[in-house]
Amino acid sequence: MQPITLAVNGARHEFLVEPRRTLLDALRDELELTGTKKVCDMGDCGACTVLVDGRAMYACLLLAIDCQGQAITTIEGLGSADGLDPLQEAFVEADAFQCGFCTPGQIMSLKGLLLADPAPTDAAIFRAVTGNLCRCGAYPNILRAGRLAADRLARSNGPDR
Amino acid sequence: MVRIAKVERVRRRNGQARYVVTEDSGAPLWGPDADLAVVGHAHRRVEGREKVSGRATYAYDVRLPGLLFARVLRSPYPHARVRRVDTARAAALPGVYAVLSSADAPPIRWYEQSYLFDRTVRYVGDEVAAVAAESEDVAEDALRLIDVEYEPLPFVVDLVAATRPDAPKVWPSGNCLAPRTYQRGDVDAGLAAADHIVDETYATQAALHNCLEPHGCTATWDGEQLTLWDSTQSVFGVRDGVAEALGLPAHHVRIIKQYMGGGFGSKQVAWKHTVIAALLSRQARRPVQLMLDREAENLAAGNRNPTRQRVRLGARRDGTLTAIHAHIEQGVGAYLLGGEGSEVSGPYQGLYRCPNVRTEQVAVYTHTGPAAAFRAPGWVEGAFALESAMDELAHALGVDPLALRRRNYTAEDQQRGVPYTLDGLRHCYDRAAAAFGWERYQKPPPPGSKRRGVGMAAHDWGGGGWPPAYAWVKLNADGTADVITGTQDIGTGTRTGLSQVAAEALGLPLERVALRLGDTQAGPYAPVSAGSATQATLGPAIQQAAGEARQQLLAAAAPMLDAAPAQLSARNGEVYVVDAPGRRLAVAEVMARIAPHMIQGTGARGPNRRDRSVGTFGAHFVEVEVDEATGEVTVLRLVACHDCGRIVNPTLVQSQVIGGITQGLGYALSEERVVDQASGVVLNANLEEYKVPTVADVPALEYVPLGLPDLEANSTGAKGIGEPPLVPTAPAIANAVYDAVGVRLRELPLTRARLLAALAARGEARR
Repeated sequence: MQPITLAVNGARHEFLVEPRRTLLDALRDELELTGTKKVCDMGDCGACTVLVDGRAMYACLLLAIDCQGQAITTIEGLGSADGLDPLQEAFVEADAFQCGFCTPGQIMSLKGLLLADPAPTDAAIFRAVTGNLCRCGAYPNILRAGRLAADRLARSNGPDR
Repeated sequence: MVRIAKVERVRRRNGQARYVVTEDSGAPLWGPDADLAVVGHAHRRVEGREKVSGRATYAYDVRLPGLLFARVLRSPYPHARVRRVDTARAAALPGVYAVLSSADAPPIRWYEQSYLFDRTVRYVGDEVAAVAAESEDVAEDALRLIDVEYEPLPFVVDLVAATRPDAPKVWPSGNCLAPRTYQRGDVDAGLAAADHIVDETYATQAALHNCLEPHGCTATWDGEQLTLWDSTQSVFGVRDGVAEALGLPAHHVRIIKQYMGGGFGSKQVAWKHTVIAALLSRQARRPVQLMLDREAENLAAGNRNPTRQRVRLGARRDGTLTAIHAHIEQGVGAYLLGGEGSEVSGPYQGLYRCPNVRTEQVAVYTHTGPAAAFRAPGWVEGAFALESAMDELAHALGVDPLALRRRNYTAEDQQRGVPYTLDGLRHCYDRAAAAFGWERYQKPPPPGSKRRGVGMAAHDWGGGGWPPAYAWVKLNADGTADVITGTQDIGTGTRTGLSQVAAEALGLPLERVALRLGDTQAGPYAPVSAGSATQATLGPAIQQAAGEARQQLLAAAAPMLDAAPAQLSARNGEVYVVDAPGRRLAVAEVMARIAPHMIQGTGARGPNRRDRSVGTFGAHFVEVEVDEATGEVTVLRLVACHDCGRIVNPTLVQSQVIGGITQGLGYALSEERVVDQASGVVLNANLEEYKVPTVADVPALEYVPLGLPDLEANSTGAKGIGEPPLVPTAPAIANAVYDAVGVRLRELPLTRARLLAALAARGEARR
């Protein structure tokens, strides 16, 4: 066991982990942030996607000890106490999920895109979620939700403001 | 009010008595043209915020103080005797709290003539031992410390090989179960009367559900009281299964399932791991979470049975069917699981009008993981063969494939000899063909090695729901309502769809209704969420319960509005005088004036009509592009129309249809469990090499809503839509491929390798 410090959703957490502990298991089991889902545990499905220093990453392919000093954002870190992030709102509005198990990963992949590219093309939105499987088959609505959120973001950042 | 109207004694064929209970059913409240305030509107999923925020608690997400994590040791052999299991080193590992194996587990009977931990293992992935430890990592370390001595035995993993007389046997009585046969008329006479006969054999693959949330549960004991958060489609089914296995009274077992990351039919029963988790928890005296890893999920938690189907269709020159015969072999794996059956013969018996039909369905054991229901079990496999054969017949006779299907249309359930409640399939043909442009389709000139083609296929299915199921409604003093049921939302939108029925019947806006489900301790019995039946099973019970509460609400409001109850109605949270809508009172006000008295209602799902048959139907039309150089099949567009009766929520139905088609695309083109014949090992038990569709694989999908309320089906007029959208997808694509390149692929999935081989064979034949 090794003491580590992780910065997750703006809070510092100090705890002991085995060096082999993945970021995914540390988030889910140590910090009880279970919004990040464990599906394939080998980088195939994207359900565990989180932001590491603003970039969308598969948490199952990262070791927790390697993520010290980096800002980690999980689905629980989006939005505010009184409201959802525009991406989350868009997912509800566009019915971009059924069972919802892949949803946090889909949203975090798109969040990573919007942070890097606030005015993405449809092709960029598509590319952002190509690494996220959805077994319920909500893909068209996931793309629609991404577009919806991006357009709202563009309007709120637009010249009118 | 829930009231048992009658109890009848019926003699079964085997002479035993069975008691059929009939509860009163409600009358239809909403006619086909009713002006509805909530039902029929595109409300957002009521649990949407929980799911997008990560707050929705799935079985995998339950976190309890002292929680342990379990892993299962699985057989590396497809068939072996377990001579010895030594778990001492595993038990001694720090961080390990409980270990179970055939050496020490209680002798709990399980599949067939076997035990929870059996001394014989019958597929790669069969349960050998289990460990609970402080983390999944430590549990896996412990599994590696378990010493098992296996005596490998002869095995067979291929469906066809298993049917041979000299094949190694899974069970002493042989690999082939007695055929299940169905017959009407005289098939031989029908074939003799035919002008043309199609006689072909089709094969479908084993497909893996790959629910993103694996099977599993979190178990904890409080004295003799067991609570399980299980990822299941049937809380009551699991309760009864676990109680029986552990010898507990039903009221000592509580099953909770609020959210589930996909089931698709594979989560209908208490699986071994459910009971293993409970045993480990009892041994460790701490809560235990046992979720399967991805590999185990794909080995030991069900699959769509592979099939081989010999189909004979006889028809007159004009296309009229004279005979349908299907001989079906289905690979059930090493064990018969229970739950919803896989009736591959189903479509042959019902989809087309034909006086002479015979089906024989033989279940075949192999040394592979047990098959489980998978979204329209049996029908998906059967429809591929039947609808491919119908296309072959159409081409052989020079008849348009759609015209052939219209010619053999039936408005009657020929097995029961009663009419269907709705002429749904005819509407689906009309609407989908028109939207697709089937009649006027012209192939574009071929660019390079690419060829275009179109194809279509139809389907039938149940989805009419059945009794029993119950609902309780409580109107609260502030004008909100709790609707209490024992059903489950398996991701389909049940919470929303049923809340809409309740809100409509109560006269409340949707946000004032909370639907309770997924807890055996909190609600009355409801059946498994399967068979596309939940909306049509629970809806009428909820409608009846809410209707009863509404009557009392109007009675309570009558003196407040100086009117008779019969003059009143309720809508959008207000009670009003029908002839003088200005005289109105908020439901909250009515309730406040009678508080703390409450209003409640109960409802039951009444019986289906005996003089009618309830079915769901649909048709898919597809355009594909096939590259003759690479064998690549690209679906360009797909148009789907499905009859699901009244559409309670257009958004949710659309999502179901698009999602079902997407699974159908995977089944048609890319999904296949690959088992190594030499070792019995599944080579692609992961999401890397088992190819489920990604966002890049989904073409333009057009769903054409039908929305004809089926008021003879049940009092809400709604039928199922969960399974149907997947059924006709694969044959429609296969038929379009034939139209494009003139080769017939009779084996799924339609891979590049198969297509290139077929194109090469065609080239040889032409030369």
